[in-house]
Amino acid sequence: MSGMVEKHGLGIWLTHLGLIIGIAIICFPIYMAFVASTVTQPEIARPPMPLLPGGHFIENYTAALTRGVNSPVLLMLFNSSVMALGITIGKIVISIISAYAIVYFRFPFRMAFFWMIFLTLMLPVEVRIVPTYEVVAGFGMLNSYTGLILPLVASATATFLFRQFFLTVPDELIEAARVDGAGPVRFFIDILLPMSRTNIAALFVILFIYGWNQYLWPLLITTKPDMNTIVMGIKQMFPSGDDIADWPVIMATTLLAMLPPVAVVIFMQGLFVKGLVESEK
Amino acid sequence: MHKRVVFNNRVLPYLLLAPQILVTLVFFFWPAGQAIYQSAYIPDPFGLSSQFVGFGNFEFLLSDRYYLASFKTTVIFSTLVTVLSMGAALWLAVMADRVIKGSSAYKTLLVWPYAVAPAVAGVLWLFMFNPNVGLVAWYLKAMGYDWNHVLNDGEAMGLVVVASAWRQISYNFLFFLAGLQAIPKSVIEAAAIDGASFARRFWTIVFPLLSPTTFFLLVVNIVYAFFETFGVIHTITAGGPQQATTILVYKVFSDGFVGQDLGSSAAQSVILLFVVGLLTVVQFRYIERKVHY
Repeated sequence: MSGMVEKHGLGIWLTHLGLIIGIAIICFPIYMAFVASTVTQPEIARPPMPLLPGGHFIENYTAALTRGVNSPVLLMLFNSSVMALGITIGKIVISIISAYAIVYFRFPFRMAFFWMIFLTLMLPVEVRIVPTYEVVAGFGMLNSYTGLILPLVASATATFLFRQFFLTVPDELIEAARVDGAGPVRFFIDILLPMSRTNIAALFVILFIYGWNQYLWPLLITTKPDMNTIVMGIKQMFPSGDDIADWPVIMATTLLAMLPPVAVVIFMQGLFVKGLVESEK
Repeated sequence: MHKRVVFNNRVLPYLLLAPQILVTLVFFFWPAGQAIYQSAYIPDPFGLSSQFVGFGNFEFLLSDRYYLASFKTTVIFSTLVTVLSMGAALWLAVMADRVIKGSSAYKTLLVWPYAVAPAVAGVLWLFMFNPNVGLVAWYLKAMGYDWNHVLNDGEAMGLVVVASAWRQISYNFLFFLAGLQAIPKSVIEAAAIDGASFARRFWTIVFPLLSPTTFFLLVVNIVYAFFETFGVIHTITAGGPQQATTILVYKVFSDGFVGQDLGSSAAQSVILLFVVGLLTVVQFRYIERKVHY
């Protein structure tokens, strides 16, 4: 019965056509960026630019990776990787142990701590830019990986997610663990951590994208070109005056900047969707 | 809500919480407190001393032409981004829900823009509409329309809206598709047997049943447009021309870092804290409602 409503005939072809047009519009900016990354600068500087890829793919990407404009893109990719992995792993580790403390222990001020973590949701970095910058500068953390990572590792979302999950774990497990003489640390490592695998993986995907795509924070914290991350570094590649930008190299860099997070979404789509839905609960 | 069986340990829970609480105190609460404190002062031009002005910074802001203009810009920008990205996503989701063959391929092709950073999305769209070299700008010119978002307010706004909405379509699409697939097919088929057209079925049955998803996405998109589009604006227009695309978050940045007007920037931060607080409360009240469904 399920295929009864207009699943055949002209209607369905129009639906496919509509979807293909929609996807074509959405993919068009990426296609143009790709074309631009395979042609020479004079070809772009004399509009209209070509609509089909040219033969300078290797040349442009090599130029971007090894030379870039202010610093080699390879270095910016490395900086982005360190920042993204640092933020992701940091958030997961400190959140899972906080959630463990809140769910599996009773102690004074337990709920006060819980609400403190909750309140961070209301304090995104975008609204407290200047004072946060001053704190980090005061610690001498400008132009350092610590400065890029540490202020962003608190996570209410991840803490809630793990708390939610721990609350569904049957009490019998902890009773059994106690009978076997396991303490809180053993129980956490041997039982709870393996059970949280899927949640950790889903969260990893979401947080990696979040960390990789940071823009405002690295823009403030890194003043030296060799500490730039790739997402914030693209803007720095544009010349300040009337000079014509090196579009092929900039567009190659743009594609390299989106490659890691896009690959993660496409190849781990199941975990990505799970992470997205869970983190909104 | 609570575990019946727990561990007894005096020190361990505090040790487990310490890293998160320390980061929270040092990098969240302390700066937020600083913002509130600084919002009551005006530093002298040399930064040597500052003068207490109470609510003076706020009074100034609320009568400042540029700040009020930025408020208006933010409202227009957020409305356009939300309507455009949700409208396009709903349209695509309705179509993807109708096809059986190839629907997962369509889904894959539609979800990936979510992974593109707002700043990268900005550069992609800037390239196509660049007045000198952009392909779309060139074709517009060939058709007799002189595109120049560097000088034209409306065009600048249009471009940052499209670039911001483009990236958010994937997110809305995923949630709309899940919402559509959760609607029992039998309800829709019953209406079809009664002779209701597709449009009629959509507006009288599907759309009302989708309203929890729509409301949820409305809040998420407003939050996105308010706070996460900094990268798009910084890469495409840097708030210009003049201040045509300076949304509130951009103004905190440009007044604080470029203009070095710390008292005003701090007061703006405090106002934004209220906005985020309000939106968070709305979001959570709604989620409570969803649980009772």
